Amino acid sequence: MYQYDEIDQKLVDERVAQFREQTQRHLSGTLSEDDFRPLRLQNGLYIQRFAPMLRVAIPYGLLSSRQLRALAHIARKWDHGYGHFSTRQNIQFNWPKLEEVPDILAHLAMVQMHAIQTSGNCIRNTTTDHLAGVAPDEIVDPLVWCELIRQWSTFHPEFAYLPRKFKIAVSGAEQDRAAIQVHDIGLQAVRGDNGETGFRVLVGGGLGRTPIIGTVIREFLPWPHLLSYLDAILRVYNRYGRRDNKYKARIKILVKELTPEVFRAQVDAEWAHLQDGPATLTAAEVARIGSRFTRPQYLKLDALSPQYTQALAREPGFARWAGRNVHEHRVPGYAAVTLSLKKTGVPPGDATTEQMEAVADLADRYSFGELRVSHEQNLILSDVKQSELFAVWQEAKALGLATPNIGLISNIIACPGGDFCSLANAKSIPVAAAIQRRFDDLDYQHDIGELDLNISGCMNSCGHHHVGHIGILGVDKQGAEFYQVSIGGAQGNAASLGKVIGPSFAQDEVAEVIARLIETYLARRDSEAERFIDVVRRIGIEPFKENVYGNAHQKREARARQLAAA
Amino acid sequence: MATLIRNAKLAHDSWQRLEAAADGGLPSIPPQGDLLVPLKLWQLSSSALLGRPSGRVGVWLAPQEDPALIADSLDALALIAVHFPQFTDGRGYSTARLLRERYGWKGELRAIGDIQRDQLFYLSRVGFDAFELNDGIDVPQEDLLRSAQAALSAFGDFSEAYQTSVERPLPLFRRRGAEVA
Ligand code: SF4
Repeated sequence: MYQYDEIDQKLVDERVAQFREQTQRHLSGTLSEDDFRPLRLQNGLYIQRFAPMLRVAIPYGLLSSRQLRALAHIARKWDHGYGHFSTRQNIQFNWPKLEEVPDILAHLAMVQMHAIQTSGNCIRNTTTDHLAGVAPDEIVDPLVWCELIRQWSTFHPEFAYLPRKFKIAVSGAEQDRAAIQVHDIGLQAVRGDNGETGFRVLVGGGLGRTPIIGTVIREFLPWPHLLSYLDAILRVYNRYGRRDNKYKARIKILVKELTPEVFRAQVDAEWAHLQDGPATLTAAEVARIGSRFTRPQYLKLDALSPQYTQALAREPGFARWAGRNVHEHRVPGYAAVTLSLKKTGVPPGDATTEQMEAVADLADRYSFGELRVSHEQNLILSDVKQSELFAVWQEAKALGLATPNIGLISNIIACPGGDFCSLANAKSIPVAAAIQRRFDDLDYQHDIGELDLNISGCMNSCGHHHVGHIGILGVDKQGAEFYQVSIGGAQGNAASLGKVIGPSFAQDEVAEVIARLIETYLARRDSEAERFIDVVRRIGIEPFKENVYGNAHQKREARARQLAAA
Repeated sequence: MATLIRNAKLAHDSWQRLEAAADGGLPSIPPQGDLLVPLKLWQLSSSALLGRPSGRVGVWLAPQEDPALIADSLDALALIAVHFPQFTDGRGYSTARLLRERYGWKGELRAIGDIQRDQLFYLSRVGFDAFELNDGIDVPQEDLLRSAQAALSAFGDFSEAYQTSVERPLPLFRRRGAEVA
């Protein structure tokens, strides 16, 4: 965990005081709703369908048991007893009262947390790999760099009123688990020829209405230049990003309209003035930040614990869970464990007060009091001894957090959708539940194998539907809630955007449509090793379409061709 | 008339601001008094402006206007202002830093337009030292003064800052080192 120093703490406290005063002015009528809105958004406060929604940052997904208990306390005292973990390493509370939000922020500040810049047109919470610091394929530990970016972006005076929101993601591993290709800026930590740390810099990725995969604008940025180069990118965007149309205001549109080459040239021209200036990072500062992270005191253990292997052989249920929810660790004898927040019938990413407190206890007993929040909306115990995995499984099972579905069809990513979000075209939670029910049979799920299914309630794409192997998007059809289905999206190193299979469906048809897609996949796969996404890439979307819509559309297309030829 | 804050104090404003007409037509030039003129007027009539019998000249920039366009004129100017049509239009923050850090403007740099107390802290960090508060319509004079007085406290909203800025050119991590040394 990063430990605040005096100044970090003071700034967060001062933010609480500032927001308390702004809220008072608003409630007393001297600060209008229009003028208050951008200010409250920069503190994570939306006015939603039923009540305000408060989004709290979990910087780069790192959370201590003490912090999780504080979140549980907030859910109990100021909310309806639960919180929703989002796809961007944040937690959202759906029922706080506006006048009580300053008290909630004050409570957060007591455990070194905040809601600073979790919404609004500013630099948002920086996200990273949910296995940062423990993944065996890690090249560079991204946590220190994330904290440096957090400090740089917090209250950056020049970039508080950007054309649109701005999201940065950092990956330090070979496998990209931070979705860096679909962020405004993606940073891939790499090692240079002499082993020095640097970053490959991508810009202009994003989901939303115009999904785009980011472009590399610098192959190797040596680490001292990280912040000045970010300043240069942001300055070009702040000055030239479109402000006339909010749907064209993200940096991806600027990069596209200018072309990546011209955009890069503009950034370089700006950077020429900033390079080697005072923002240049020093080794002392990087070391100082690094030393403020507490690190687990690992024991020297054998690479494979006999207790673990015996339990695997003895208990098929445990083995199945371990196969999906236990991840390799860079330290011998340890593992990371995903606690699934995707139980059938529970809105994806939701955790109750009791669950949060119980998970905090698990973290204390089994994982050095440390947790991670994943962008797949699950919680992770990052440092568990292999010999204790069986005990963790049993306890997690009792808490309803041991669904062995990580990477499977029922591990659905879904935004809050129409049940909570005022921007939604359609609900997402009941659709997720219907699909989870349709695929309730775990053996069947395991047979289907790796499959990412993502649901967004509208084009804002908070549920990342574009990069789901199957993506579902809520659309509005003459005032009714409909769902558009796409296939072939993927996150990670081979990121791609899904293709829409055809006309949209009513809510009660969706689960059946998904069943047909799966049927097609199972019929066409070469072997169990060929995943759904591989088959879509190999045979294209036509066979899937056919099975879903019958061949009606083929006839239509054939007729259209005939007409065109006539 | 907007309330003016200069160097964190309420101040008297001697400047008259000229604007282009809705159809883009440029205003005529009054023979005296301190004039804050749009960039276009400065570009077309700088000698007429400077040749007046009395009064100083300043230029105000719209959000999209590049400060490089007046970089050669700084010696002739007594004031530069940057206009914020809405406070959420943040281009002027970059304009200010460029004027201060790249082109070396040392004189008064004024934020005009939709400026409220909640922006004063960031504006002052990027180099503004004068602010015309957006007073709204029909607010009684004594209320304006009271709220402007209250707004002065906004400069102290935060006691520290991480980044480089005009106000504190060294980022916190470089100043920290200095404290230890
Ligand atoms: S995708 Fe749309 S409906 Fe879902 S949370 Fe985002 S804005 Fe709301």
